Amino acid sequence: MKILVTLKRVVDYNVRVRVKSDGSGVETDGVKMSINPFDEIALEEALRIKERGDAEEVVVASIGAADVQQQLRTGLAMGADRALHVETESAPQPLTAARILLKLVEREEPGIVFLGKQAIDDDCNQTGQMLAALWDRPQATFASKVELSDGKASVTREVDAGLETIQVDLPAVLTSDLRLNEPRFVKLPEIMKAKRKPLDIIALDELGIEDAVDHQISDFQPPPKRAGGKILESAGELVDELKNKGLL
Amino acid sequence: MSRILIIAEHDGKNLDPSVAKTLKGALDVGIDDIDIAVFAESPDPVAGQAARLEGVSRVLTLADEDFAHPLAAKLAPEIARLGADYSHVFMPSTMYGKDVLPRAAALMGVNMVSEIQEVIDKNSFRRPIYAGNAIVKVTVPEGETVVGTIRQASFSAAGEGGGEAPIEAVEPSADRPDHTRFVNVETGGGDGPDLATSPRVVSGGRAMGSSEGFKVIYQFAEKLGAAVGASRAAVDAGYVPNELQVGQTGKIIAPELYFAVGISGAIQHLTGIKDAGTIVAINKDAEAPIFEVADYGLVGDLFEILPEIESHL
Ligand SMILES: Cc1cc2nc3c(=O)[nH]c(=O)nc-3n(C[C@H](O)[C@H](O)[C@H](O)COP(=O)(O)OP(=O)(O)OC[C@H]3O[C@@H](n4cnc5c(N)ncnc54)[C@H](O)[C@@H]3O)c2cc1C
Ligand SMILES: Nc1ncnc2c1ncn2[C@@H]1O[C@H](COP(=O)(O)O)[C@@H](O)[C@H]1O
Repeated sequence: MKILVTLKRVVDYNVRVRVKSDGSGVETDGVKMSINPFDEIALEEALRIKERGDAEEVVVASIGAADVQQQLRTGLAMGADRALHVETESAPQPLTAARILLKLVEREEPGIVFLGKQAIDDDCNQTGQMLAALWDRPQATFASKVELSDGKASVTREVDAGLETIQVDLPAVLTSDLRLNEPRFVKLPEIMKAKRKPLDIIALDELGIEDAVDHQISDFQPPPKRAGGKILESAGELVDELKNKGLL
Repeated sequence: MSRILIIAEHDGKNLDPSVAKTLKGALDVGIDDIDIAVFAESPDPVAGQAARLEGVSRVLTLADEDFAHPLAAKLAPEIARLGADYSHVFMPSTMYGKDVLPRAAALMGVNMVSEIQEVIDKNSFRRPIYAGNAIVKVTVPEGETVVGTIRQASFSAAGEGGGEAPIEAVEPSADRPDHTRFVNVETGGGDGPDLATSPRVVSGGRAMGSSEGFKVIYQFAEKLGAAVGASRAAVDAGYVPNELQVGQTGKIIAPELYFAVGISGAIQHLTGIKDAGTIVAINKDAEAPIFEVADYGLVGDLFEILPEIESHL
């Protein structure tokens, strides 16, 4: 079985993102970029599945401009076998991303497509579900545990009520939640080795994707600031303040 | 046609409180033809509750044993089919809505708006991105079906309207995939107030140190009649179950009173509480970022401060 893992290049989660003063977007100049944390977790899980002997190959894929190859190389250094770069200067919204991924799925015929549950830039939490719909295959989203046997996956999912387990037939789309695993660190020799691993560049028009009619995203604003509060001296003072406000 | 469809969330018996908030978002769109669809094994009790809500035109019930558990693969094709007759399709942005609605949107061939926090007009909305570090306007092209999830923390609940909307049974389509099966659901089983809706919440962080240590939070919350929440660090460390996580990837809440106890205030946590009324922070580090957003702060050891507060209650 082959596992396809998607890696989105996003602003690193430690960066405090700021809105440009003209409201046209957020500052990304000189900002640290990384693999979306959920995607790193998805890749880690795929590698563990391969290391257990339940998969033969792990392929990583990213959609974006040339610089996404940095994240693909990191994925290869973590242990992926091959990388696919779908080249486009535009930032595809989830439906287009899912249509592109479907083309890769048709080429690669993976048993599992593993995505992050959400990209921490657009916070959409849609692409995996959309891919599963277009592919007409099962989805198991927000996975915190994955077990494979006889062409099926048992997936424990983080839902509002607690932990839900579902069983899906493969091939299927899985999306990772934070507690699925802790990704490994990349060692220097692996980075050297990753340079020799295959990375295919695929032009968008080669895939025959017609662009979806996108939502227009505009008028970026910083979040309303909460008025800074007071540091109180004692517990008694706090209780008084809360009582005065009618909160206790 | 300008009509809104809301897909109800429920547990088989009770309508989830998120539905009344989603309805509020729908009312803000300003189209007064709003239907609520209830998918369930036996939808009647839930449909009855939905029918009493303010501004609801009709409640549609879709009964089938396949709908006893909310499986996206079985629900999405039905939602896409129903949705074809509507200009807007909404679900709450709970884990349920987040799982199901993108699948339906893709089947309808449209993009989706996640986590709507404000309705500007019938085609444009505000939503947070980058963990709430930016708020953007999203405009759906004219004539395209609007499919979106409504962020509960940003809307008050619609009330009862005094009347009762008609309830109509709709025949679900016959072919649903059998490639996805429900196995079970384990709930952490706290019996306190519901974290998503409670007006008071007390959350503990990594500083609680152990599940044993976290008991201090449970006791304090009980005294206040508050729900218990947690930071990701506390959940990851196994002190409390995952459904208590507050933040970007956990629950987004808007209680009137929020206590952040031994929580540093990482942006991913803060995004979950930015709509809270009053935030109280207790932390031994006076430089902790949580104090930048807290209305009231106490600097010191939480294990000393909490009992002191209790003694003044
Ligand atoms: C993609 C992504 C998504 C995330 N989503 C979430 C999310 O949804 N929710 C979330 O919470 N986090 C989330 N995080 C994690 C987040 O970045 C922080 O790591 C986490 O919130 C830290 O939890 P904490 O504040 O409990 O722990 P810490 O940051 O370790 O803070 C502990 C605090 O306790 C204080 N303290 C210690 N002992 C005492 C004492 N005796 N008395 C008083 N104070 C004490 C310390 O001064 C410190 O400020 C996410 C991270 C990523 C990368
Ligand atoms: N441009 C992209 N390149 C690679 N993966 C992507 C891209 N866009 C979305 N994804 C995948 O889809 C997941 C969910 O993204 P989203 O629906 O935007 O929150 C991400 O975690 C990625 O795994």
